[in-house]
Amino acid sequence: MAQGNKHEPLLRIVKRGESPFRLKLLVRIAAVLLALIADALFIYFVTGLDPLAVYTTMFQGTFSTPMRFSWAMRDLASLLLIGIALAPAFKMRFWNIGAEGQVLMGALATAAVMVYYGGKVPNAVLYAAMLVAAVFAGALWGFVPGWFKARLGTNETLFTLMMNYVAIQLVACCVNIWRGQASGLGKLNMRSKAGWFPQLFGQRYNINLIIVVLLVVLMYCYLRYSKQGYEIAVVGESENTARYAGINVGKVIIRTMILSGALCGLTGFLIVGGRDQTISTTTAGGNGFTAIIVAWLAKFNTFYMALISFLLIFLEKGAGEIASAYNLNDFASDIIAGIILFFILGSEFFINYKPIFHLGKHGTITKEAA
Amino acid sequence: MEYAIELRHITKTFGSVVANHDVSLSVRKGEILSLLGENGSGKTTLMNMIAGIYYPDAGEILVEGKPVEIRGPKDAYACGIGMVHQHFKLIDVFTAAENIALVLDRREKYDLKAVKDKARAICERYRFDIDLDQKVYEMSVSQKQTLEIIKMLYHGAQLLILDEPTAVLTPQETEKLFAVMRNMKADGKSIIIITHKLHEVLAISDRVAILRKGEYAGTVETCAATEAMLTEMMVGKKVELNIERPEPVNPHLRLSVHNLSVTNAEGVKVLDRVTFEAFSGEILGIAGISGNGQKELLEAIAGLQAADKDSSVVYYPDDDRDSTAEQLIGKTPRDIRDLGVHLSFVPEDRLGMGLVGSMSMVDNMMLKSYNEGRSILTDRSAPRHLAEEIKEELGVVTPSIHTPVSRLSGGNVQKVLVGREIAAVPSVLMTAYAVRGLDIHTSYTIYRLLNEQKKKGVAILYVGEDLDVLIDLCDKILVLCGGRCNGLLDARSTTKEEVGLLMTQIKEQQEGGVA
Repeated sequence: MAQGNKHEPLLRIVKRGESPFRLKLLVRIAAVLLALIADALFIYFVTGLDPLAVYTTMFQGTFSTPMRFSWAMRDLASLLLIGIALAPAFKMRFWNIGAEGQVLMGALATAAVMVYYGGKVPNAVLYAAMLVAAVFAGALWGFVPGWFKARLGTNETLFTLMMNYVAIQLVACCVNIWRGQASGLGKLNMRSKAGWFPQLFGQRYNINLIIVVLLVVLMYCYLRYSKQGYEIAVVGESENTARYAGINVGKVIIRTMILSGALCGLTGFLIVGGRDQTISTTTAGGNGFTAIIVAWLAKFNTFYMALISFLLIFLEKGAGEIASAYNLNDFASDIIAGIILFFILGSEFFINYKPIFHLGKHGTITKEAA
Repeated sequence: MEYAIELRHITKTFGSVVANHDVSLSVRKGEILSLLGENGSGKTTLMNMIAGIYYPDAGEILVEGKPVEIRGPKDAYACGIGMVHQHFKLIDVFTAAENIALVLDRREKYDLKAVKDKARAICERYRFDIDLDQKVYEMSVSQKQTLEIIKMLYHGAQLLILDEPTAVLTPQETEKLFAVMRNMKADGKSIIIITHKLHEVLAISDRVAILRKGEYAGTVETCAATEAMLTEMMVGKKVELNIERPEPVNPHLRLSVHNLSVTNAEGVKVLDRVTFEAFSGEILGIAGISGNGQKELLEAIAGLQAADKDSSVVYYPDDDRDSTAEQLIGKTPRDIRDLGVHLSFVPEDRLGMGLVGSMSMVDNMMLKSYNEGRSILTDRSAPRHLAEEIKEELGVVTPSIHTPVSRLSGGNVQKVLVGREIAAVPSVLMTAYAVRGLDIHTSYTIYRLLNEQKKKGVAILYVGEDLDVLIDLCDKILVLCGGRCNGLLDARSTTKEEVGLLMTQIKEQQEGGVA
C-alpha cells in the first residue's frame, strides 16, 4: 500500500507503546555488546593496546581482590544513599541540587560531635549523638529551601545550589579551627578511635552497606505504598490537582525536603564515621551531583538505582585501574568508560522509540536510477 | 469531478494503537465537508496528516489530482492546505498583522505594511471583522480564530481544515463563522470542518464523512441526512437522542451563595457579588462565555479559590435550615470534607486538576480518599474495585485499569473523572464543561448520569456551553457575564436567543452593548 510514496523519508522515528520485558533486555544486551565493540576499536586504534586485556583490567578494578570489591561497595553505598535521599524530592519535582551541601552538613555535625565529645561519653551515646546531629544538620539544610519554596515560591534550584557553598565554607572554617597548627586535619580521634564504626562480620564497611540495603527497601515502599509517598507523587504531577485533592502542598514540600535533607545528613554520618573518620570540603566528593543522575535514570525506583550506582562505580574503578595499569592518561581511560556509559544510556532511546528505515523497494529503485 | 484533496488507504498507528486504518475520502472543490466521529475515532489524526504534523504509515494523498508528499507544515502550505487547530498557534504579545507575517517565507522581505494591505484585502473579500493592529492577548477567542483563518488564507490556502471551531464560540459567533465559511465556499475554497454538534453539521456542510474507530464508515450528502442517521453511522448502532428532564422531587435549599466575589492575582474582580440558591434534586445550569467567572465560581465553592470579604456560601444538609448549616467560605477542600459535606467537583481542567495524568485509574480513584483510615500505608483494594466498576459501567476504553490515564482519549478521561465524583455519593455535584470535546454518545451518557444524581436528590451545578443542552437538561439557568449574575431563567420557558443575549450584554447597560 505504500506505492506512490516515492519520497518517503529514509528514516522515521515511531514511539513504541509499552515495551515487553524481553525487548528491553535484548536492547540492553545489544547495547553492552555494541559498546564493547566500539570500545575495542577505540582501544586498538587509538591506544594500540589489546582490547581483551584492557577489559580484563577494567573488570579487575572492582573484582580483583576482596579489598577492591569492598572499596567499590563502600563508594557505591555513599552514592546510592544520596540517590535514595534525592528520590522523594525529585519525585515531587523539587529540584534539590543541594545534596552535596546536605551531606557535608551531616558530615560536619558528625565530625563536630567526634571532636568535642569523643572519649568523654560512652561510645553508644557518642554514636547516637553523631547520628542525631548529622540527621538534624542535613534536615536543616533541606528545610530552609523547602520552607522558602512553600511560603515564598522561591526557585529551589538556585537556593539549594547556593546552600552548597555555604556548607563548603562552614566545613573549611571548622577544619581550619580543628587542625590548629597541623598541616592537615588527619583522622579524627586517631588514638581513641572514638566514634569510628566497628567492623561487622570482619568487614570494615558492612554497617554502611546494611543501612543502605535497608533504605533501598524502605524508600521503595515509602514512595510506592505510603500515604505520604502518594502525596509526593500528586504534588509532583500538579499542584492544582494536589489542592483539589485536599493536600496541603506547602506542608508536603517542607516535610519531603526535611526527609531528603535528613537522609543526606545520614550519608554524611556514614561517610565520616564509617569510611573517612575525617572531614574535608571534598568529603561528599561530587556524589551529591552524580546521585542526581542515578535518581533520574532509575525514575526513582530504588532497586534500579542500586544497579545504576553499581554501573557508575564499576566504570569509575575500571577507568582508574586502566589508567594506572597501562600508564594511560586519565582522559583515555575516561573515554573507554564513557563509551560504555554512552551506549547503555543511549539504549533507552531504542526502548522508547522504534526507528523505521525505508530502504526496501524504493531503495533499489533509486539505486537503479543511479 | 476534480477533488481538492483525496486520501487513499491512509493508515497510521501509534505503538500498538491504530489511529486510522485504510481511510479513503475526498473533498470536492468548493465544498464544505463535515468530518464526524466519536472521540478517539481518529479525526484529528487524519487531519494532522494532511496538515503535515504526522506522516502516514501507508496510503497516499492527492491534491487536485496529483500525488503529493506532505512531510511538514511547510509542504502542506505549499499544497494550499491550512489547518486551524483546536489550540491556536498564535503569539500573544504580537499584533494580528505580526502573527500573519510570521508565516512569511524566510526569503521574503519583512514588510508589515504590505502584509497588512494584503490581509485587509482578504478581510474585505470574505467580510472578516478584525483589527489588524490589535494584540492577540486582547482578543476574544472568536477573534483569535478569525485571525487563524486569515493567516491560512494569506498563505494561499485553498483547503481549510477547522478542528472543532465552534466548541468555544457563542451561538452568535458561530453564526458569524458560518457566514464567513459560506463566503469562502462561494469563492471556490474547500473546507473540512470537525464538529461534534450535529445540528451544525446539518446547517453548514454539503457532505458528511464519518469515521468510526479509526475506519472510514462512509460519506453522505447532508441534504439526505438526519441526526439519528448520522449518530447511528458514527456509533454503529441506534442511539436515543433525547435528553430527559425529570421534575424535581421535593426540592429544598442545599446551597446558598450570597455576595460571592473573587479578585484575582492581577487585582481584577473576576466574580462580582454573585448571589443564587441551589436546590436538591435540581440541575442549575450556569451559562456564559468562557472566562466570565464560571471557573472561579465553582472553585470558590469548592474551597480552591480565596473569596473576598463578605462572601458567603452556606451549605444546608437537609430540610432543616438552621440546625447544621455550614459556612464553606474560608475552608480548605479537606476542611469541607471533614465537615461531612459531600461536595463533588468535575473541574474544567481534567488532567491538570481533577486527575493525575501519570497515575493509573486505580491511583486516581483514591485521590480524594487516600487519607482515610489510620494506617500510614495506602489501601488500594477499594480503589481497584471502584476502578473496575467504573470501567465496566461507563465503558471506559483502556488497556487496563493500571494504564496511566493520560494515555486515554479525552472522552474516557472524562468518564473516569465523572465516575469517581459520582461514586463519592455527593450531595452537591459541580461540573464544569462536563461534555466539552466529548462525542455525542459519551455526552448522552454523562447527561444520563447527571439525571440519575438529580433523582437521588443531589443539587447539581452544571456549567455548560451548548445552549441547546442547557435548555433541555437544566431546571434553571444562571447567566454569568463579566463575573456578574446577569439573570436567572427558567429553563423550561426560556429561549436560546434570550440566554445568548444575556451572555454577551450586561443587563444594566443594554444600549451600549459590548457584543
